[in-house]
Amino acid sequence: MTIREKDVPNISEVVKALSERDQEISDLKAKLLKWESTYERANKRKAVFNSGSGTEISPLYTDLDRAEADPGLLGLPGNYPYTRGPYATMYRSKLWTMRQFAGFATAEDTNARYKYLLDHGQTGLSVAFDFPTLMGFDSDHSRSLGEVGVCGVAVSSTLDMEELFEGIPLDKVSVSMTINGPAIILFCFYIAAAEKQGVDTRVLRGTIQNDILKEYQAQHAWIFPPNPALRCIVDMFDWCSENTPKYNPISISGYHIREAGATAVEELAFTLANGFEYVEKGLESGLDIDSFAPQLSFFFDVHNDFFEEIAKLRAARRIWARRMRKVYGAKNPASWRLRTHCQTAGVSLTAQQAENNIVRVAYQAMAASLGGTQSLHTNSMDETLALPTEKAARIALRTQQILAYESGIPNTIDPLAGSFYVETLTDNIEREAEIIFDEIETLGGVVPGIESGWFQQKIAHSAMRQQNEIESGERTVVGVNQFTEGSESIEIDTLKIDKEVEKRQIAKIVALKKSRDESKVSECLSALHQACRTDENLVPKILECARSYCTLFEIRDVMQEVFGSYKEPVFF
Amino acid sequence: MSEERRVRVLVAKPGLDGHDRGAKVIASAFRDAGFEVIYTGLHQTPEMIVSAAVQEDVDVVAMSVLSGAHMTLFPRVKELLGQAGADNVLVTGGGIIPKDDVKELEDMGIGRLFGPGTSTKESIAYVKEWFAIHAVSR
Repeated sequence: MTIREKDVPNISEVVKALSERDQEISDLKAKLLKWESTYERANKRKAVFNSGSGTEISPLYTDLDRAEADPGLLGLPGNYPYTRGPYATMYRSKLWTMRQFAGFATAEDTNARYKYLLDHGQTGLSVAFDFPTLMGFDSDHSRSLGEVGVCGVAVSSTLDMEELFEGIPLDKVSVSMTINGPAIILFCFYIAAAEKQGVDTRVLRGTIQNDILKEYQAQHAWIFPPNPALRCIVDMFDWCSENTPKYNPISISGYHIREAGATAVEELAFTLANGFEYVEKGLESGLDIDSFAPQLSFFFDVHNDFFEEIAKLRAARRIWARRMRKVYGAKNPASWRLRTHCQTAGVSLTAQQAENNIVRVAYQAMAASLGGTQSLHTNSMDETLALPTEKAARIALRTQQILAYESGIPNTIDPLAGSFYVETLTDNIEREAEIIFDEIETLGGVVPGIESGWFQQKIAHSAMRQQNEIESGERTVVGVNQFTEGSESIEIDTLKIDKEVEKRQIAKIVALKKSRDESKVSECLSALHQACRTDENLVPKILECARSYCTLFEIRDVMQEVFGSYKEPVFF
Repeated sequence: MSEERRVRVLVAKPGLDGHDRGAKVIASAFRDAGFEVIYTGLHQTPEMIVSAAVQEDVDVVAMSVLSGAHMTLFPRVKELLGQAGADNVLVTGGGIIPKDDVKELEDMGIGRLFGPGTSTKESIAYVKEWFAIHAVSR
């Protein structure tokens, strides 16, 4: 099969074809009227026919819904505006990357889980850090008590990072790291660990989340206030474009916004608005759009409403492409192309009848693949109870493999294109997102919206609305408010983190501090302190600290002295 | 008579965990149920929570923990409340807390702990019931 290279459809041909269809359309209109009267008279199920975002869904979509639509909105995969996919050949060339988010206890323990996952056919790694690491505390800090290695892996220095990837060639495996507040520090630990393996940083492939705006809005693992935090991110854009051209220095994430309560449309609009903000910060600092935009990547949630999720991903690509090209003047098509990771919706999983979660995850994963994701994490059925066991994590990975190798879905590109329903939904979501962009603009932009708590309030209200819908029975959750089985019915094994982990981690830091060159440490830290007061790019300075085995908290502390810390607006 | 008095609840997020969806939903639901609600905001140490509880003279401390650090945080808050002479305050909460841990915490004198999927009505009813029995002694 050959793929046509033609990018822009010939409008006049389309117009001609449409006029030939005039008769057809008026016939359809007549038939539809008749159908509608049948529908009106019929008995209907007592249910709310809304999308997950609360938009009313019509009982039937036809040609008429998109009779006026611009055919240029669709295009071909790998072509502007990328509605049908960011790459021309999509899954015919390369399946999505199966990337399971994992991390617990110490670097050594997690290293063993990574090797297990790679042996079982996983194709990329994704690091989950523990809360102390996410917040920039070393394992031996008093604020870390009780949380070391519990929700992810503890990484307090380059030494831990080296152990995390021991025996895993960083020039071959792409690694994603979910870290935001102290992202620039963990990134430097990673670079230093790769150097230790003898890997040229120019071949490193992977992604660091590094999306601080959604932290203020939803996930809440911040350290510094918005301005210095954004400066660190722009420094990374700049440094990475030169030194790690295959590495994504940011993953602009809707996932956490959605999990915190936002609707699909809010998730999409807030995420893209954050993306525009990063672009504008990059431009303000003097970077050329095409020097950093191709390395921007995204991360979306894939929730229960199957078609809405598919449409969301398609709309996201189209909006991004248009903005990048028309508003920011990007010339390189790679700058227009929105590439995304997806994860199934943790918040949709239930503790009640937890095995049902396998089915939820499978449908959500299917939506992600039909929406054209570049990589995917499928949640484990036991995540509402504890960290996933090995068995639960394996079933989650197998779910992706069944989808990829048995379902036939990846055989053709964007299989739902042209569906009256999916195309209408895609157009509608795009329109609704544009309304939200206007609202954000009237607030004065993303940062003022965060400072006034606007985003946080929107998200909290949507969360409350969904809770009320569940409690009133308007929204069905199988096993929770319908089809329940009385008391807890299923016992499943859960993973427990040994208390010894904390002790081992603390002992390791003590030993590290004894063995490293202390004069080098204080030299690097004071050089960093100096640089924080200037406009100098901070990456080389932090990288020096990382190479000298300064710890996470030592580096964070020096930066915080200059930058201060973020104070959230508290409300509910 | 104490039934005239409204229940005062401190909704708290202890530890480093930033997942506040549940805490905010429960704070709003408690408020709608007529409780007086104080929400601490994120990243609170047990010391900060207890000091707020004492200062605000609350009846109930409701903590949301999704970080897995519940075995450290719940007992610590309970212990500090005792030290502050406030051991009549109910310590309850919710989050991702495995069943065995719930049992262990309840044995230590922590109140009921609610898991995912709990209706807000259920936790409201629990607090009201507790208050009806215990408020008199305050």
